[in-house]
Amino acid sequence: MKILEKKHPLAIRWFHWINFPILAVMVWSGLLIYWANPVYRIGLGKHTLLKMTVAEKTYEKANLAFRLAEGLSWHFFFMWFFAINGILYVLYTIFSGEWRYLVPDRRSWKEAILVALHDLHLRKEAPPQRKYNAAQRISYTAIVVMGLGSLMTGLAIYKPVQFGWLTFLFGGYPMARFFHFWITVGYVVFFAVHIAQVIKTGWNNFRAMVIGYEVHEVGHE
Amino acid sequence: MSDEEQEQDIIIADEEALRRAIAENDANVDRDVRRYSRRGFVTLGVGAVAAYGAWKFLKLAKREGDVPWPLRRGLETNERLSEGYFRTARLSRTFPRSAVTNARINGGEGLTANYDPEHWRLGIEGIAGQPPATLTLGDIQSFPRREMTTELRCIEGWSIIVHWAGARLADLMAKFPPPPGTQYVAMESPGRGYYVGLDMLSCMHPQTLLAYELNGAPLSWQHGAPLRLAMPVKYGYKQIKRIATIRYTNVRPPDFWADRGYDWYAGH
Repeated sequence: MKILEKKHPLAIRWFHWINFPILAVMVWSGLLIYWANPVYRIGLGKHTLLKMTVAEKTYEKANLAFRLAEGLSWHFFFMWFFAINGILYVLYTIFSGEWRYLVPDRRSWKEAILVALHDLHLRKEAPPQRKYNAAQRISYTAIVVMGLGSLMTGLAIYKPVQFGWLTFLFGGYPMARFFHFWITVGYVVFFAVHIAQVIKTGWNNFRAMVIGYEVHEVGHE
Repeated sequence: MSDEEQEQDIIIADEEALRRAIAENDANVDRDVRRYSRRGFVTLGVGAVAAYGAWKFLKLAKREGDVPWPLRRGLETNERLSEGYFRTARLSRTFPRSAVTNARINGGEGLTANYDPEHWRLGIEGIAGQPPATLTLGDIQSFPRREMTTELRCIEGWSIIVHWAGARLADLMAKFPPPPGTQYVAMESPGRGYYVGLDMLSCMHPQTLLAYELNGAPLSWQHGAPLRLAMPVKYGYKQIKRIATIRYTNVRPPDFWADRGYDWYAGH
C-alpha cells in the first residue's frame, strides 16, 4: 500500500531552491575576482601538487578574464541575499524544531562511517535513520557552518579595518582571503557529492525536495 | 453451502474488499502526488524563469560608471552602511618594520603626464574663506612627520606591508580648512592623468598620510614621487600617486576606477 509521507517543509524547500542560484552567482562572481590574483595551491613546502588556477588562455575561453570590477559588483550585491536567506533558514530550523533532524548527535560520527561504507558498497546494511542519515546530518550542518564561515571571512576581507578584530581572528587579511577561497572549494566538492547522491537515491527523493512529500510502500506482501 | 464454504467466501470477499481498498488508496496517493507535483514543479519552473529574467535584467540594465545600474545602487547602498559604521578611531593594524614586504609596483596611470619635478607644487583649492594655496614639498615636510607600517590592500586581492612616512592629511586640513560640512575631497595627478574622489571622514583618519617616503627612502618615480596618498582605510586604487591638486567640494568627485566599473567608496 502506498502512503504519502511529508518530508520537507515548504519553508525549507524555498530556502534550498533560493540558495542554489544565489550561491551559484556568488561562486561565479568569486571566480571573476579570483582571476585577478589566483595564488592558491595544494602542496607542501616547495612541492606543489595542484595549482588552483588555469592558463590565462583558459580563463579567457571560459569568459572569466578581465571582469574583476563586474565580479565585485555582483558579489557585493548578492552577498546580502546569500546572508539573509541563510540567516532565515537557520532561524527557521531553530524555531520549527527541524534542527533536531539536521544536527549530528553523539552517534552520528560513528554512523556516518557506516553510511559511507554502505554507499561505497563495502557494507550491506545501512544504519537506521530518521529523516536524514548520519552522513547527511554532518554534511548539512557543515554546509551551514561553512556558510557562516564565508560570511565572516568575507566581512574580514571586505572591511579589514572597521572589522579588524574579525580579520585578526582569522590570522590576518591574507589568511582570511585564504579561508574564504577554500570554503568555496568546499562548496564545489559538496555540490558534486550532493548531485551524485541525489541521482543515486532516485526520483522519489528528489521530487520530495520540490513537492515536500515522498511516496512509500508499506505493509504490503 | 456448508459453513466451511461460507467462511471461505467471506475471506475471499474480504480479500477482494481489501484489494479494492488498497487500489483505491493507491489511486488516491497517485492523484495527490500528481497534484502536488503539478504545483511544486510549476512553482519551481516559474521561479527558474523569474531567476533567469532577473539575471538577464541585471546583465542588460543600463550601465552607470561601467556597471549595470542596479549593481551600482548596490555599491552605493553598501557605501552608506559602511560610512555609517566607519569610525576614525578604528585603526588599520600596524606591523613591525621587519614585516615590510617587497613594494609591488602596480599601475602607472597619471605618472607620465606633464610632470616636471623642479616645478612640482601641491595646490589646495576650496579652502574656507581663502584663495587656493600652493605648497612645496618642503612646506609639507614642515608638518609633523608621521611614520607607520601598514598593509596596502589591492582590489586585485593581494596585499603588501609598507612603511610610510609623511604628513597627516588631517594636519594639513587643519591649516587649510575646508568650509564646515564639506563632504568630499578630490585629488588629481598632474594633468588629471589620475583622479580620486574621497569622503571627508576617511580623509580625517589618523592613518591617512600625504606620504613622501616609502620603506625608508623618498618615493621613487613609479611609486608616485614626490607626494602620494597612503591610506590604509581604502583599497590601493584610492591611494593616488603624484598628487598635484587637492580640492574640497560638495559635488561627489569623479574617480578614475569608479568610472571603470569599480566601487567609488572602496573603504576598509
